Amino acid sequence: MPLPDTEQLIATLADAMRPRVTPDTCLVGIHTGGVWLAERLHALLGLSPPLGSIDVSFYRDDYAAKGLHPQPRGSRIPFDVAGAHIVIVDDVLYTGRTTRAALNELFDYGRPSRVDLAVLIDRGGRELPISASFCALTLPAPLPTGQNLQLERDDSGALTLRLIHA
Amino acid sequence: MRNPQLNQHGELQHLLTLDGLPRAIITQILDTAAPFTEVAEREVKKLPLLRGKSVFNLFFENSTRTRTTFEIAAKRLSADVINLNVATSSTKKGETLLDTVDNLCAMQADMFVVRHESSGAPYLIAQHLQNTGRDHIHVVNAGDGRHAHPTQGLLDMYTIRHYKQEFHNLTVAIVGDVLHSRVARSQIAALTTLGVPEVRVIAPKTLLPTDVDKMGVQVFHSMEEGLKGVDVVMMLRLQNERMNGALLPSPQEFFKVWGLTAEKLALAKPDAIVMHPGPMNRGVEIDSAVADGGQAVILPQVTFGIAVRMAVMSMLGGSH
Repeated sequence: MPLPDTEQLIATLADAMRPRVTPDTCLVGIHTGGVWLAERLHALLGLSPPLGSIDVSFYRDDYAAKGLHPQPRGSRIPFDVAGAHIVIVDDVLYTGRTTRAALNELFDYGRPSRVDLAVLIDRGGRELPISASFCALTLPAPLPTGQNLQLERDDSGALTLRLIHA
Repeated sequence: MRNPQLNQHGELQHLLTLDGLPRAIITQILDTAAPFTEVAEREVKKLPLLRGKSVFNLFFENSTRTRTTFEIAAKRLSADVINLNVATSSTKKGETLLDTVDNLCAMQADMFVVRHESSGAPYLIAQHLQNTGRDHIHVVNAGDGRHAHPTQGLLDMYTIRHYKQEFHNLTVAIVGDVLHSRVARSQIAALTTLGVPEVRVIAPKTLLPTDVDKMGVQVFHSMEEGLKGVDVVMMLRLQNERMNGALLPSPQEFFKVWGLTAEKLALAKPDAIVMHPGPMNRGVEIDSAVADGGQAVILPQVTFGIAVRMAVMSMLGGSH
């Protein structure tokens, strides 16, 4: 399956978000791909609050089965969550479990006024009642299990989505 | 034989000692602790990792600070914490250690945090759990006899890394009552495993273990010699309660020769940090001016101790 140009997808996503954000909207990227993407959107949309990041390792629902991620990077929320409009940013939306974990974590910092979800690509296969507020590309049919979409960043900072067959 | 602290996948199953614990695991604990320090800044100072788990603080020997920091760490991970002052309960009525453990297992314990005056007691419990097929229950040694106090050693390593970033270029001096100190043993094991090139021990001969030359440290019998050029000074508490005999003159005499004063500290590097596991005996092993001075990192040690214990417990709780 040929994937559209990633830089083009980022521009599409920013265009979709632009009418629905204000300069005070706060972005929170989910490690690692979501953080890279959030950095780009933050610049494209000219938002003033500093960028937040979340590592959902401590909130994952498979901790009991899989244990702790060996290198948790921690979360950084450098703005007041209470009353804020927050957009959670991730590269790929799949089961929805990561989004669930990020929402739970976010609410431990305070009560936002509104939370949206922005993703580059929706690959289908949801296991929870979660959908994206902004999405640059929705795959026409769910990607089979065993195939993975992964955002990669090269030395120049350019982002590329890759399809990986496990 | 498999390291009794690791499971068949090489993950941490129990934390009993730092002696023989692989460098990769020690580093993993320190790396995992770092993001936990940030939880204290949230509105809800809790993470859901040990939600629904029961952690039993099993203290056969009194301790306030260690028990409290373990309790805070477990509660920040959302565990239920049950404190047992066994020193004043069942064992006084004649119950054996393993009977106590079996009873608590029957109350659905998931983790034991054990302090005991006998070296090896946490091993005994871990072994008993393994022999009876209860691998899902984890043991953390919170100090056993003169043997080990691994979480103290780990929080000390976290503190050193926080202030000095690297281990491979450091000279570290451990000062005072090494003989009675499980803290010193854990510190030496961790420092050597993490690749500190020069670990010094500064103490009077009467307060050194007989096997000190096998520990991979340099021994000094003078503060003036031993403190010269060091990056880290790790003070030990003079353990009055463990001394039964005339190992020492008076506390005043001890302070004169072995107490850390500003004058003696001036021999170390200008940016040297001063650590102490607490509780401090001011005017015995450390002068107040040093304990409260700009080079002391004694209170940050306590704060880091919570994050390090959260790291250990969350790694144990997720291992299979």
